[in-house]
Amino acid sequence: MIDFFQHVINGLSLGSIYALIALGYTMVYGVLRLINFAHSEVYMMGAFIGYYTSRMFQLDQNPSFMNLLLVMIVAMAGCAVIGFVIERFAYRPLRGASGINALITAVGVSLFLQFSGQLGFGADPKFYPQIYQPAGEWSVGGLQVNPLQMIVAVIAVVLMLLLQYIIFGTRLGRAMRAVSFSRDTARLMGIPTDLVISATFMIGSALAGAAGVLVGLIYPKIDPLMGVMPGLKAFVAAVVGGIGNVVGAVIGALLLGLSEEFVVAFGRSTFRDALAFGLLILILLFRPQGLMGQNLREKV
Amino acid sequence: MNSAAATGTTPMLEVKDLAVNYGAINAVRGVSFAVAPGEIVCLLGANGAGKTTILRTISGLLRTTKGEVWFKGEKISTMPAHTIVQKRLCQVPEGRGIFLNLSVEENLDLGAWVVGKAKDYQEDLNKAFELFPRLKDRRKQNAGTLSGGEQQMLAIARALMSHPEFLLLDEPSMGLAPRVIETIFQVVQDINKRGVTILLVEQNAMQALQVAHRGLVLETGTLKLQGRARELLESDEIRKAYLGEI
Ligand SMILES: Nc1ncnc2c1ncn2[C@@H]1O[C@H](COP(=O)(O)OP(=O)(O)OP(=O)(O)O)[C@@H](O)[C@H]1O
Ligand SMILES: [Mg+2]
Repeated sequence: MIDFFQHVINGLSLGSIYALIALGYTMVYGVLRLINFAHSEVYMMGAFIGYYTSRMFQLDQNPSFMNLLLVMIVAMAGCAVIGFVIERFAYRPLRGASGINALITAVGVSLFLQFSGQLGFGADPKFYPQIYQPAGEWSVGGLQVNPLQMIVAVIAVVLMLLLQYIIFGTRLGRAMRAVSFSRDTARLMGIPTDLVISATFMIGSALAGAAGVLVGLIYPKIDPLMGVMPGLKAFVAAVVGGIGNVVGAVIGALLLGLSEEFVVAFGRSTFRDALAFGLLILILLFRPQGLMGQNLREKV
Repeated sequence: MNSAAATGTTPMLEVKDLAVNYGAINAVRGVSFAVAPGEIVCLLGANGAGKTTILRTISGLLRTTKGEVWFKGEKISTMPAHTIVQKRLCQVPEGRGIFLNLSVEENLDLGAWVVGKAKDYQEDLNKAFELFPRLKDRRKQNAGTLSGGEQQMLAIARALMSHPEFLLLDEPSMGLAPRVIETIFQVVQDINKRGVTILLVEQNAMQALQVAHRGLVLETGTLKLQGRARELLESDEIRKAYLGEI
């Protein structure tokens, strides 16, 4: 029972990291109908920004929760800037061109960042400094859990609630949903859609940056190609949830995190990566619009 | 009310020698007209004549290939669409353009984007609900659940939230029952009486000419006829070609 509970927590914390990344895919798809393949590299950049920030200020000297928050804020801000730049200089010039152009560009930006990362950071893995070490084991409802896994899940949930508030409780969020429904109609409302698209990239990238730092807490080994697998899986999670749907992305990601954890715990760990793609095939066969996806049609 | 030329007032909207292409297709070729403040002008024409293309170009969603659009003494044809709305030139697009994924109230709120959430927002909202009481009961409802007629009312109400001085309406009667169409045309006249100048695109030539002061007739991208609404209603040519009389 204790084991089972710990596995659930582990699955949720892994899933919440996927969720933070998946949200960026789904939000960008929502406003641009573009799969931003460079998104997984934004997550990688987040991990490295966190790494270098921690090293520069020697935050592992006296680990604390404040350190973690500080590093996360820096990484999120840095990634927001990276996301802004990617959109502004790689995708915006292609606005109005056919989708395939943007898709090829996305792959190009992704490769560019992977190999620039290898050049700039070195291809060898780096060990993440321990900027936060919660003491001992925590007990939740009488059950012992690993505090780091718990913290990661809680922070991710807080970020997702924040995003939920932005999307459903603010004018910017309303504009984002309007743009995702119809960019031209949004423009007819006087909404500066380019700004909204920039903001969407920045928010999605900031979440990926947070994920990059959080992953360093529980899997403390980072390298410039670290984004590839989680990025693909987060993309799968977004598709499973229904691409373009924010709640769907979170559900898909948690589902994926939990099933991966249980496959590793009770089955064969070699199946871990196959699981995501198996899930993708199943969903594409039986519910191509995703779990939460729906088709909206105008009434005539 | 008379045309700009007749009254000598400066036109509010001026379309000068407008041409618009889609790739190799010349959808609009050399169209010129003006709308004076306070007028209702209707733009008639068969399917594919280029009516929507003209409205989308005026709103800045499409770029001109040739020619210019001027509004209140400013050239707007090179401005981005969202800036044009700030000049109080608004459009209710073809097919209504309701955000079906948002609630009725959220749609109205986005309509007020250019005026900001000012203190008179609530007042504007009340005015919209006064004009279309049916929207009030459905304010929290998802706009996708509205009927076609209710969606058209929402589209008009939403445009009014931006305090337009000039309203472009693209086939507001499309797909609606006769009684609803009557309401819509009545509302168009009411809005105009409150001081909003209107350019109305319609297939429904008879009814449109009855509410409009002047009419323009478009045929495959060029203006074929224009004149006072009453004169157009009486002209044999129009009756034959556009009003379905043989
Ligand atoms: N996006 C587009 N790409 C290519 N051609 C287009 C496009 N939109 C419109 N056209 C063409 O331009 C011409 C004018 O179209 P437009 O939509 O302006 O006509 P309309 O007068 O509004 O017709 P309707 O009464 O059917 O709405 C048509 O021949 C149409 O096929
Ligand atoms: Mg049309």
